[in-house]
Amino acid sequence: MVEKALFTIFMDGLFLNNFLLVQFLGLCSFVGVTKDVKSAGGMSGAVIFVMTMSALVCYPLYAYLLVPLKLEFLGLIAFIVVIAALVQLVEFIVRKNIPALYRSLGIYLPLISTNCAVLGAVLLNVSSDYNFIQSVLFAFSAALGYTIVMLMMSSIRERSTLVSIPTAIRGLPQAFLLALMLSMAFVNYFWVIPV
Amino acid sequence: MDPLSEFIRGITRDNPTFGLVLGLCPTLAVTTSVENGIGMAAGTAFVLIFSNLFVSLVRKVTPSEVRLPVFIIIIATFVSIVDMVMKAFFPPMYAALGVFIPLIVVNCIIIGRAEAYASKNNAFYSVIDALGVSTGFLLVLMLIGGIREILGTGQIVTFGYTLVSLPVNPSVTTMILPGGAFLTIGILMAIINYQKEKKRVRGE
Repeated sequence: MVEKALFTIFMDGLFLNNFLLVQFLGLCSFVGVTKDVKSAGGMSGAVIFVMTMSALVCYPLYAYLLVPLKLEFLGLIAFIVVIAALVQLVEFIVRKNIPALYRSLGIYLPLISTNCAVLGAVLLNVSSDYNFIQSVLFAFSAALGYTIVMLMMSSIRERSTLVSIPTAIRGLPQAFLLALMLSMAFVNYFWVIPV
Repeated sequence: MDPLSEFIRGITRDNPTFGLVLGLCPTLAVTTSVENGIGMAAGTAFVLIFSNLFVSLVRKVTPSEVRLPVFIIIIATFVSIVDMVMKAFFPPMYAALGVFIPLIVVNCIIIGRAEAYASKNNAFYSVIDALGVSTGFLLVLMLIGGIREILGTGQIVTFGYTLVSLPVNPSVTTMILPGGAFLTIGILMAIINYQKEKKRVRGE
């Protein structure tokens, strides 16, 4: 297998396989917390943190513990437990040491353990046979791509609250139709950046 | 509570996609065809039925502080089973659904039903609830998958049988790309909201 360049992996996570718009990972938060830019930013910050951390922890766990013991089939259970524990740990640390950050991220941290983007990043790392550096970079760039889309979406939604549209479309349908337009733009990166 | 109305509630009022708005990721990601939709719904149904059954059986001995980790372990066990069975017996389906089979574990429908229903009701009703919600999920996935497949490819081919074939192929490629999923679900939700709104206005 030809080793992928780190820059390719970075662009891949950021745009080409954008988690929200191309891979459909983490959509619950995409329609749930994009009503205003502030909470979308808070959620994205928490995702960047947890996603990078979980890639950092899950890779050694899988490569140095589960694979040598031939327990790959336990991977899924191990990952979900690690992510849940990590979220708890992050919550404790942030609450104790950086109270200001905790107040802004607070409510989003527990939500993240059931955010499929985090587990998805870990599983995609395993299925693409990435090494340690590649795994962490992919998780980080995917989280960054998530942030870009969350901020774009929440800015558009914040502005479009003033627009007069039929009641039937207001709310979720409107969010999905906006996502359609963003998604069409992102899918076209396939042709812009050949990999 | 009679079993039939509990079953129907899962399809209508507690419909996972249009009623509860849960589990959007698989709903949008795997519905490029009816066949993928059925495969995904079958996997989810298996996990949901068994997780509801076991959560309901252990509900009296589980302290409420640790109930979420217990639920997650139960769910993850059944997801691992589905993952291995699909990989071994249905490799093409497994390849098409990809990472979304292991991701059933974080599907909010399953943990949502465990928390909202199975942890409060007996095993029989929990299984009925799981069957109803799974059926609702299956119908939604087939509907979205059908719309996208027929507009994107001009025909619906399921497990080797051509169910519907249009005389003219519209080939709206966008429909089988990610954008088509957002478009389809957005329009379907708008129609449902419109109907609800009409009913509400008439009621007053």
